[in-house]
Amino acid sequence: MRFGSTIIVALRALRRNKLRSILTALGIIIGVGAVIAMVSIGNGAKSQVEAQVASLGQNVVTVFSGSFTGGGMRGGWGSAPSLTVDDANAIAANVPNILGVSPEVRDRNQILANGLNWNTQVIGESPDYPQIRSWKIATGSVFTEQDVRSVAKVAVIGKTVADQLFPEQEAVGQTIRIRNIPFKVVGQLEPKGFNLFGQDQDDIVIVPYTSHMKRLSRRTNINSIMIQAASPEVIDRVQQEITDLLTQRRNGKEPDFTVRNQVELAQTATATTRTMTIFLGITAGISLIVGGIGIMNIMMVSVTERTREIGIRLAVGAHGRDVLLQFLIEAIVLSSMGGVLGIVVGVASSEAVKYFLGWPVLVSSFWAFASFAVSAAVGMFFGFYPARQAAQLDPIDALRYE
Amino acid sequence: MPVVQLKDIHKIYDSGEVKVHAVRGVSVELHRGEFMAVMGASGSGKSTLMNTLGCLDRPTSGVYLLDGIDISKLDRNELADLRNEKLGFVFQGFNLLARTTALENVELPMLYGRHRGSRRDMRERAERALATVGLADRAGHFPSQLSGGQQQRVAIARALVNQPQVLLADEPTGNLDSKTSVEVMGVFQKLNDEGITIVMVTHELDIARFCKRNLIMRDGRVVSDVQVGNRSIASIEMQKLLAAEADAKLIGQN
Repeated sequence: MRFGSTIIVALRALRRNKLRSILTALGIIIGVGAVIAMVSIGNGAKSQVEAQVASLGQNVVTVFSGSFTGGGMRGGWGSAPSLTVDDANAIAANVPNILGVSPEVRDRNQILANGLNWNTQVIGESPDYPQIRSWKIATGSVFTEQDVRSVAKVAVIGKTVADQLFPEQEAVGQTIRIRNIPFKVVGQLEPKGFNLFGQDQDDIVIVPYTSHMKRLSRRTNINSIMIQAASPEVIDRVQQEITDLLTQRRNGKEPDFTVRNQVELAQTATATTRTMTIFLGITAGISLIVGGIGIMNIMMVSVTERTREIGIRLAVGAHGRDVLLQFLIEAIVLSSMGGVLGIVVGVASSEAVKYFLGWPVLVSSFWAFASFAVSAAVGMFFGFYPARQAAQLDPIDALRYE
Repeated sequence: MPVVQLKDIHKIYDSGEVKVHAVRGVSVELHRGEFMAVMGASGSGKSTLMNTLGCLDRPTSGVYLLDGIDISKLDRNELADLRNEKLGFVFQGFNLLARTTALENVELPMLYGRHRGSRRDMRERAERALATVGLADRAGHFPSQLSGGQQQRVAIARALVNQPQVLLADEPTGNLDSKTSVEVMGVFQKLNDEGITIVMVTHELDIARFCKRNLIMRDGRVVSDVQVGNRSIASIEMQKLLAAEADAKLIGQN
């Protein structure tokens, strides 16, 4: 009924005490600003880690060979010569919902070319490999199925290797020598940068797995198999079917392999940053509550200081409810004003962190809205007690109050 | 019908151990257009009587009819509405809201009215009330920019703005010098001439002489209730004061 008047009254009261209003709102401004800045920084870190995880490839399931045990010594995962190209072919032929399979063989070799040499990782893969790793070819092309069948002497190299062996030269079309065998460079990969563990992913030479096994490492077994599932939804089923298939192929012997998927890795990697975001958020949330207590404190003082004013209002016809509403609106206006300014401060400081420190930040509109809503609620919650005190004053006592 | 009817009003303050019988059986009738001063020493019960008249407090026993309405049956909020519509208050200490313009101070009772008009309507009514007390040109001033007499006139304008049945003034000249007191009494006399009923508490005899009727209280009872015979008129008193001032200056120059 008199809601409109009460809003006018509350706004006039706040305007009368501009400095105090701003100082009161400052607690909320800092609280909301801190929440937004902290969550933005946390989210930025999380998205960076997620991007690094994504750089490992899309929906990748990896089979590692088992551990080798000999003379009482047990090797780690991948030490047993238990996975074969046949296993990889069986997976490609029998497991549904997969987009690509690549048997993988790894070793390190000294590469010679162009009068220079460089020690790097040489891996044997299938032509599916760049697609599995979401890795684009910068120049040239990837080797073909035909190259795999013909055990061709062709290679795709990473940017680091190209820079080291062919500075200021086009690498594609040149020849590199691995173990004195000449390989023709048919493609160069786009740079991918460092992985989660700080390794340079571009320091690599990729050859057909057949060429690696027959010409370089002279092995009959492979280190691992990379499989790309069709979508994140099927990744668990694909993992299970691969496990079942390989177990079946072992004819009831102890499984000598392990199957991992990328989601597990992503979870481990993002767990730390998620914990960090939660802690930052909690810290900032506490400062928001402290801001709310600040509002309550000032409102309590304000009620005492304005006792005579309340008395006048009651004398000229204000109901207790009008006074309650007035002080409540004052508190809510203060805190939501603080909320809006806090959002500005939070976004500005996030941008400042991005600009001056170069940290990745991700301002979330959800958190901006949530912290605004929380600040308004804080105002209502902490404003209620002082407002009720004001509303319950006796007009005669309030008018006599010195 | 009288505007105010008090019948055998008693007020007892019970603070636990001690019972204070502040008002002991007061019966007073007040008709439209009256201008009454309530006088008495402190502790005589005049403030309690004013609080009762102002519907800020309910009597312990007795009947109070304001404009025919029995206030003993009303709750806190209904009393507030009654104060808003039928009563105007003027206090000794002015009690204006600080850092609030004269106009906004005068608008205050309208904000709590049950039938409040548009903001423009409120503004016009507030301006008219300020004009009535001769302060139309001070609407935008803050209380701190006004003299004591001007502040009290703003308070009177605030009391008038809802066109009350009765104007209640609690020692309205208590904080003012004699010249400003006469000025404020002039405003009251003018309003009374226009038909407004006024009750004021004072302990100054010469101020009471500006009123039409004097009620003297002692120990919670009315001991004297007389019409003022030789009433002071503010304009004449003001001329006397000015003349005296002029004389003082002439003497000072010699």
